[in-house]
Amino acid sequence: MNLLIKGGRVIDPSQGIDEVLDIVVENGAVKELGAGLKAPAGAETIDAAGMIVTPGLIDMHVHLRDPGLEYKEDIITGTKAAAAGGFTSVACMPNTKPVNDNKAVTSYIVAKAKAEGLVNVFPVGAITQGSKGEALAEMGDLKEAGCVAVSDDGRPVTSSELMRRALEYAKGMGIMVISHAEDLSLVGEGVMNEGFVSTELGLKGIPWAAEDAATAREVYLAEFTDSPLHIAHVSTKGSLRIIRNAKTRGVKVTCETAPHYFTLTDDAVRGYNTNAKMNPPLRTADDMAAIKAALADGTIDAIATDHAPHHLDEKDVEFNVALNGIIGLETSLPLSLKLVEEGVLTLPALVEKMACNPAKILGIDRGTLKAGAVADITVIDPKATWTVEADRLASKSKNSPFLGWEMKGAAAYTIVSGKVVYSRS
Amino acid sequence: MGFNHKDIIGLQGLTREEIQLLLDTADNMKEISGRDIKKVPTLRGKTVVNLFFEASTRTRTSFEIAAKRLSADTINISASTSSVTKGETLSDTARNIQAMKPDIIVMRHAASGAHHYLAQRVSCSVINAGDGAHEHPSQGLLDMLTMRQKFGALDGLTVAIVGDITHSRVARSDIFGLTTMGASVRLAGPPTMMPPGIERLGNVTVCTDMREAIAGADVVMMLRIQLERQGKTLLPTLREYARYYGLNPQNLKLAKPNAMVMHPGPINRGVELSSYVADGDQSAILTQVENGVAVRMSMLYHVSGGELPTE
Ligand SMILES: [Zn+2]
Ligand SMILES: [Zn+2]
Repeated sequence: MNLLIKGGRVIDPSQGIDEVLDIVVENGAVKELGAGLKAPAGAETIDAAGMIVTPGLIDMHVHLRDPGLEYKEDIITGTKAAAAGGFTSVACMPNTKPVNDNKAVTSYIVAKAKAEGLVNVFPVGAITQGSKGEALAEMGDLKEAGCVAVSDDGRPVTSSELMRRALEYAKGMGIMVISHAEDLSLVGEGVMNEGFVSTELGLKGIPWAAEDAATAREVYLAEFTDSPLHIAHVSTKGSLRIIRNAKTRGVKVTCETAPHYFTLTDDAVRGYNTNAKMNPPLRTADDMAAIKAALADGTIDAIATDHAPHHLDEKDVEFNVALNGIIGLETSLPLSLKLVEEGVLTLPALVEKMACNPAKILGIDRGTLKAGAVADITVIDPKATWTVEADRLASKSKNSPFLGWEMKGAAAYTIVSGKVVYSRS
Repeated sequence: MGFNHKDIIGLQGLTREEIQLLLDTADNMKEISGRDIKKVPTLRGKTVVNLFFEASTRTRTSFEIAAKRLSADTINISASTSSVTKGETLSDTARNIQAMKPDIIVMRHAASGAHHYLAQRVSCSVINAGDGAHEHPSQGLLDMLTMRQKFGALDGLTVAIVGDITHSRVARSDIFGLTTMGASVRLAGPPTMMPPGIERLGNVTVCTDMREAIAGADVVMMLRIQLERQGKTLLPTLREYARYYGLNPQNLKLAKPNAMVMHPGPINRGVELSSYVADGDQSAILTQVENGVAVRMSMLYHVSGGELPTE
């Protein structure tokens, strides 16, 4: 199918473009950017006046729960949610059942996504076999089967020695390590951020030092092994200080944060709200300010959602026993656009963090509208207002702390390989 | 003025007037327990379910006696929290109990916030008999009643609370209640047992040395050390704890001469308190227990919105 996307504000940081342009898409690829372009034969025209047109957004950290935990989400519903949220690609974490630590599971994900998924799915394989933290997974095989990174996300690699070897080995295989940085002995039985709110609610706290100490270890191991490392879901002021400092020393470290960390604080846990329970936990206003500053100064490279669907029965329980995590694919774009409204980021900088940088970090040929590139495109209506309602979410799970929130901004069209996979109207 | 809450989940958020009312009613209820026939028909025909997910003979018995003195029908259910792991959730339990149409559920649960959860899911009243490390409002009220009986008022009192503040629901209820009523609270304990930001809960001071907390205090409240929780990381040994954070006749001299010694019980003798102090004439420990019944009668009475006893 061919497309003419007409008169939108095209923002493509990969080419330094920010102007009103037309885009012609032919045979699934970007053919041309320019003013007053003519629709090719048989093309559909999208009127993008007043809209923002960007390289397809990429969420480099989601949990699709497929295989094994499809009662929470599967590749079809997960990619539907991604498309509705404006994402053309997602990278899915390996904590499925079984764990994606071998070629067979990776191939299953790749095949199912290709056959039935609405957007591109880039699997992340495990660092260690079964994500048990005992022996390295077959990273060469994983990469060959289609994994774009390795991570034991959901839990840290507790052994420092094993993490060192993982970084060294992954470097040899040319695959990126994504760290879930957490010191489990400091977390203990903690269920929320340790601070005034946990004191008041009488809930066991997780100290910020549990994240900072682990981040420091990861950064020093990356420096020592001279290997690239990506830190997932950074939530503390201290971790950011460590990463910023490492970057100035030339350590090959990148990191991401999630919209909930720059939108909510641990205050959201009041009332024992299990939809505000996640790992790492929501932190304080101080941390939130540090995250915004780190987004602004480039310390944080990417915005990812850590989309973590859970069944109602896993959240409709006492706070202590509720599972960690919230869904995020459908609320990420409007929450991130708020950063532009607040002056934290320019629109091009936001597009970098939601499209260009994730592609660069994962080493995938996306995140650009250059002529010849795969036509993964997101058309954003920045003025659309809507309310987050459980019934209208495409995700199978509804565990969002933003239910009932008024949102501004939405994907108008999500285009994958030149095909419209989601349109808002 | 009345008491317009369906539930009593905690003392946080109750007004001065509401606490006053609960305490005044408790004073009246105390008289009933002194009669030959210790029973009034106030809650006749009402059903009170005591739902205990954590063993506590003292609190459960106290609530049961309180309910019986008001002529309520009481049912005791001891549930094991382990049923949660077997698949029955608190929401299942809530639905089942709701189907029995009780008027009041008195619950103790190991999870902070469990009562908050339950109260939103049942139409009857919920009284918190202790949730995790969050609140224990009946204990807070009986502590305040005991102090008020001795000192006449709570305004201006200085209360020292010593021990494991982090894990203590009693400490939180005492802090919320006492500071609302105009008392000031000083806390002391090992820093491993002192939660962050606690001083922001009200008129609360954190002291590093126990002697600093009890100096000139009107009340010294010693908290129970949970031997099973202490593990190896919060304390080196009970011997050292007793030495630095235990109350003995020597350091008690630092408090006001007529200072009152309290403990929510059960006591670890020789750890939080030396027996000289626990059994001495400044100890109000048994009065606390006695006041427990009156306070719980008052709580049951106020959530049920019943009529005043006519006799
Ligand atoms: Zn993680
Ligand atoms: Zn994750």
